[in-house]
Amino acid sequence: MTVWLALDLLLAAGSLALAFGVVRARRVFTAIALFIAHGLLLTLAWVRLDAVDVALTEGAIGAGLSGVLLLAARHRLARVGAGRVAEAPGRAVTIAIGLGCAAVTAALGYAVLALPDPAPSLAAEVAASLAATELGNPVTGVLMVFRGLDTLLEAAVLVLAVIGVWSLAPDRAWRGAPGAPWTVVEDGPLALLARLLPPVGIVVAVHILWVGADAPGGKFQAGAILAAMGLLAWLAGLARVPPTASRPMRATVAAGPALFIAVGLAGLMFQGAFLAYPEGLVKPVILLVEFVLTASVAAALALLVLGPPSADARP
Amino acid sequence: MSGTVFGLLGAALVGIGLFGMLVRAQPLMRIVCFNLLGSGVFLVFGAVARRGAGAGFAADPVPQAIILTGLVVAFAATTLAVALVLRLADDEDEAPR
Repeated sequence: MTVWLALDLLLAAGSLALAFGVVRARRVFTAIALFIAHGLLLTLAWVRLDAVDVALTEGAIGAGLSGVLLLAARHRLARVGAGRVAEAPGRAVTIAIGLGCAAVTAALGYAVLALPDPAPSLAAEVAASLAATELGNPVTGVLMVFRGLDTLLEAAVLVLAVIGVWSLAPDRAWRGAPGAPWTVVEDGPLALLARLLPPVGIVVAVHILWVGADAPGGKFQAGAILAAMGLLAWLAGLARVPPTASRPMRATVAAGPALFIAVGLAGLMFQGAFLAYPEGLVKPVILLVEFVLTASVAAALALLVLGPPSADARP
Repeated sequence: MSGTVFGLLGAALVGIGLFGMLVRAQPLMRIVCFNLLGSGVFLVFGAVARRGAGAGFAADPVPQAIILTGLVVAFAATTLAVALVLRLADDEDEAPR
C-alpha cells in the first residue's frame, strides 16, 4: 500500500513540477513540450484513479492530438509573426493574481478534503441497470444509454467545431484542402514510421472500439487513434486531405451524429422516449451507432487538428 | 488515498493554470494554461469518481463518462481557440501592406 502511495505522490509531484514549468517557461515551445509531458503523467494518474477509459482518452487527445495542434500553431506563428501580444501585468498585479489563484486552490483543496463520507455514488444504480443494456463496460453504458443525450450533444459539438474552424478560412482559400502547406520530408524517421505505424494503429483502434462494449475503450479513444494515424500519413506526404467542398468528407463528419439523432427519434416514435433503444436490439443498435460515430469522430478530430484551409503557398 | 492525492493535485493545477492564463501574455500560452486549468478540474472530478467506488466498480462510472465527454469538448474548444489566434495573426501580418 505504501508503495502505491509513494507512486501517487511521485506522479503528483512530477505533474506539479511540469505545470510550474509550463507557466514559467520563457519560450512557447518549451511550455508546449512540458505540457505534453504533463499530459502523459496525467494519463498514469488516471490509471491510478481506476479510470482507464479516461486514461486512454487523455493519452490520445490530451497529450497526443493537443500536442500536435499546439506545436503546429507555434511553428506557424513563428513564421507569420505572433501578432499583437498584450502587455504582461506588472509585479504588483502579478502578486495579486498569484494570491487570488492560491486562494482558489486552497478553497478547492479544502472542498476535496471535506467531501462527504460515505461518498455519494451512482455506481449501485449503474450496476443494477447495466444488465438491461447488455454491455459489460459501465462507462460505455453511461455514455451510450444512461447519459446518451450528453454523448449525442458532444458528437454534435465536434461537427460544430469543424464548421467553426473552417469558417475561419480566408476567402481566397475557401474550398481548398484543410491544413497549412507543409514541407514533406522524404526520408528519415517520420517517413519510416508513417509507413510502419498506421497498419498497427488501425488494428489497435478497431480492437479498442470492439472491446469498448465490455472493457475500457470505445469510439472516442478509437477515433483519436485513427485520427492520429491519418495525420501521421498526412505529415509524411503519403495521404492527401480532400478539399472542404468534398461531399464524402462532409458526410463522414456528419454521419455519426445524424445516425445517433435518427436512433433517438426512432426511440421517440416506437418506444415513447428520445434515445430509447428497441428491446432485444439494444446492443446491436449501440454497436452500430458506436461504429459510425468512430468514423465521424476520427474525421472530425483530424480536421480540427489540421485547421482551416490556408492561403499560404507551398513552402 | 489515490483519490485525495490526485484531488489535491487537481486543486493545485486549477490555481496554476488560472495564474498562467492571467499572467502570460502570448495567446498560445494562454491556451496551454487553459488546458492545465481544465485538467485540474477533471482531476478533482476524477477524485470524486474514485471515492464513489462501489457495487463492484473501482470508481463511479457516471463522473468518468462525463469527464470523457468533457475532455473531447475541451479539445474542440482548444482547436477553435488556436484557429482564431492563427487567423488574427494572419490578418495583422497582412494589415500593413
